Amino acid sequence: MTVPSPPEDTPAAAAPVLELDALDVAFGFGPRRRQVLHGVSLSLAEGRTLGLVGESGSGKSTLAKAVVGLVRPSGGRVLLDGDDLAGARRDRLATLRRRVQLIPQDPYASLNPRMTAGEAIAEAIDPRRGKLYAHRDEVETLLGKVAMDPDAADRYPNAFSGGQRQRIAIARALAVRPEVIIADEVTSALDCSVQAEVLGVLRDLRAAGPLTMLFISHDLAVVRHVSDEVAVMSEGRIVEHRERDALFTAPQNAYTKTLLASVPRVRA
Amino acid sequence: MTLKNLRWTPSLVIGTVLMAALLVLAVIGPMVWGDAADRLNPQATHQSASAEHLSGTDALGRDVLARTLAATRLTLLMAFGATAIAAVGGILFGAAVWVSGPRVRELGLRLIDVLVSYPAVIFALTVTAVLSPSATTCVVAIGLASCPAFARLTTNLAAGIANRDFVSTARLLGVAPGRMLRRHILPNIAEPLLVLVSVAFTVSLKALSGLSVLGMGTQPPKYDWGSLLGKSLPDIYVNAAPVVAPSIAIIVAGLAGGLIGDGLAAAVHPDARGRGGKARIKAVLAATEPAGRTAPDDALVAVDGLSVSLPDGTRLVEDVSLHLRAGEVVGVVGESGSGKSLTAMAVAKLLPEGLRPDAARLRLGDLDLRGEVDPKRLATEIGIVYQDPSASFNPTLKLGSQLTETLRVHGDTGRAEASAQAVEQLRLAHVTLPEQRMKQHPHELSGGMRQRAMIASALLTKPRLLIADEPTTALDVTVQAEVLKLLREANERDGTAVLLISHDIGVVTQICDRVLVMYSGRLVEELPVERLRAGEARHPYTRALLAATPEVDEDKPLAPIPGRPPQPADRPAGCAFAPRCELARAECEEHRPVLQPMESGGAAACFALDWDLTPESVPAAADSAASEGSTA
Ligand code: SF4
Repeated sequence: MTVPSPPEDTPAAAAPVLELDALDVAFGFGPRRRQVLHGVSLSLAEGRTLGLVGESGSGKSTLAKAVVGLVRPSGGRVLLDGDDLAGARRDRLATLRRRVQLIPQDPYASLNPRMTAGEAIAEAIDPRRGKLYAHRDEVETLLGKVAMDPDAADRYPNAFSGGQRQRIAIARALAVRPEVIIADEVTSALDCSVQAEVLGVLRDLRAAGPLTMLFISHDLAVVRHVSDEVAVMSEGRIVEHRERDALFTAPQNAYTKTLLASVPRVRA
Repeated sequence: MTLKNLRWTPSLVIGTVLMAALLVLAVIGPMVWGDAADRLNPQATHQSASAEHLSGTDALGRDVLARTLAATRLTLLMAFGATAIAAVGGILFGAAVWVSGPRVRELGLRLIDVLVSYPAVIFALTVTAVLSPSATTCVVAIGLASCPAFARLTTNLAAGIANRDFVSTARLLGVAPGRMLRRHILPNIAEPLLVLVSVAFTVSLKALSGLSVLGMGTQPPKYDWGSLLGKSLPDIYVNAAPVVAPSIAIIVAGLAGGLIGDGLAAAVHPDARGRGGKARIKAVLAATEPAGRTAPDDALVAVDGLSVSLPDGTRLVEDVSLHLRAGEVVGVVGESGSGKSLTAMAVAKLLPEGLRPDAARLRLGDLDLRGEVDPKRLATEIGIVYQDPSASFNPTLKLGSQLTETLRVHGDTGRAEASAQAVEQLRLAHVTLPEQRMKQHPHELSGGMRQRAMIASALLTKPRLLIADEPTTALDVTVQAEVLKLLREANERDGTAVLLISHDIGVVTQICDRVLVMYSGRLVEELPVERLRAGEARHPYTRALLAATPEVDEDKPLAPIPGRPPQPADRPAGCAFAPRCELARAECEEHRPVLQPMESGGAAACFALDWDLTPESVPAAADSAASEGSTA
């Protein structure tokens, strides 16, 4: 569709924590090779939340996977504080990976049903041994950050609602003290009132301290709610990337405009 | 940890009892019958069954029953030993293959495939023939021969679980392979493995007995059931008695293993654990008379006092009354479990098996939908659009034949005519290249095109009512906008009434004239769309829902609704929203509010509509709600 002009008023980046430099990702070989990301460049400064919106097939989930290392880029670089994630050797990759944490979409699939919430978080703190009693205080502090009671540590996932599970998944991601959190459609599987609960926790976390987050969603209203700046993806490219309010009130790109106009609104 | 939530099915109980009895025998057998089993009696060889020797005697005059009982220990030990070797070896091998790198894994999987296809008994025979036959050789041989089955199951199950999010999350956290296996993989695949263990026990027992019968197993002076059987088998036509005791023993032990396996397979369900206390006894309401408003007589669709119940009487939908006028577009909105889809499916007579609808009135035009309904009228007067367009078409048939089917079966229309009408409907639904699409299979269309085709198909018979159940939930936002427009167009063009079900209050606001809000199986508010757009919802739940919904045009703080909706079986007798409602008072818990019409149009089921909620009176109510709401 529209040929993307390089976004002009890209938010002024202080020292970027996460930087994507002309990232290409392709799947398949030969004639069936399909390029999913075309030279995506993005930078995310410390303490900022970047909302990434796009429709299915736009490449936003592939981008998340490339950042956490689940997908190997075919070109370009993923830099974390200047370290190249994609080019890292196997032994260093494990430590590098811990610096980026992913909160997956489905809170019913992302927690091991045979581990208590506390054990899951303790394991994130110390993936080698991960004994709950050794990290009890820290686990309870983390649960507190996502507004859960300390005794939640001793319960199994099936004792929690979808929203509570997602809060535990967030606490687990925080436990690693990552430099960047990737939230991939974290509210898409949730009912509206539960979504509000999870969004509220994310907002509180942002207010409480520096949180650097890449927030991926197909829902523009949700993205508006949590982001400082927003990038719009279409067909493997970033078509617009600006400060949140600028993008929502005065979109420049034609595709962004269509997208915004399509959102169903309650208030006319 | 699985024991706590084990369901004791009959087969599990019988199997466990049998196995326990055998274990007792194994412990005491040699002590009690050991002497009798070894006592030679040259005067009484090859005896048949008698009161003294219930299962006769063998070639040396020893009592076969005593020998069988005494052999329990060795036989079971051998079977357990072989099972243990199979399980430990197989699971370790499978796990090792699974955690190793891609190349080794590929090789390992192939190897397992080859080994599994190689008959275990032949393998065991070869091993015992190469080494000298003995009890130990047998056990090792049979154990090793069963390893591949465990290895295969382990790799299969592990592969199944490896794609689960919690495993990839653990990998991203840097959890080491060993711990991954111990904490994340094995506990989640333990049950099927346990089932295989019991099956392997039975298989090993049979194989070991077989080897002993052939003389390849235990060697004298040791004896197990198999060798007892083997010794007496050649004389079976002369003296069958000595065959009986060891045969029964083998069958009983094999049965015990099999029954335990079956029982475990049926019994273990990991999600049943930790479900908190039982809920309060639910108040059963007599709903002979529908509460609140009843549908006007001139309505196209009239539903009064509709309930949908589970076989145990739990009401998933309770006392819902609604109506649609001809040509009206009505939306039903609610969160999961609110009963919105069930309500619509009850109207379409498409409730899932086992759910029972009940209504004082349920009709479409002159068609009473409560009893038997002429299938032709049902198929032609109600059109349905589902959430997932790929699931509603048959993937193996071309669109053309699927689109024209209803017309041809119920509409007495010829093939050519039906086809022409289908093309026309596709065109109206803005499906590109309609003629070509008729010759395509569903998967050749994009999701949005498929949903358009679905709508075209639903409209082909010119139904009076179109039910669209979450028709845009699986679609992208730009496609969603077009599909919603399409529904509205069809309504304006043909006067088709539309019942639109959605979890998204924004979606129903787009095209509906009137919006119904459901909560916990009940209808709580009905309002004209203008009032919703103006933010004038009256019911506390509707207001809370709006306050929790983010909007793309403003950056407002969201107010989550504390707590969660009640399960249908625990639904309070009073207002279902009371435990979460800021305004709740004592009467809300005691009585169920009914839909009351409001002057401004619409209706709401809430006592607060009659209260004086001037700013001075509100804080008290809000305080009490806050104190109970804090225990999230
Ligand atoms: S009836 Fe009472 S509890 Fe129910 S919504 Fe109205 S005020 Fe709240």
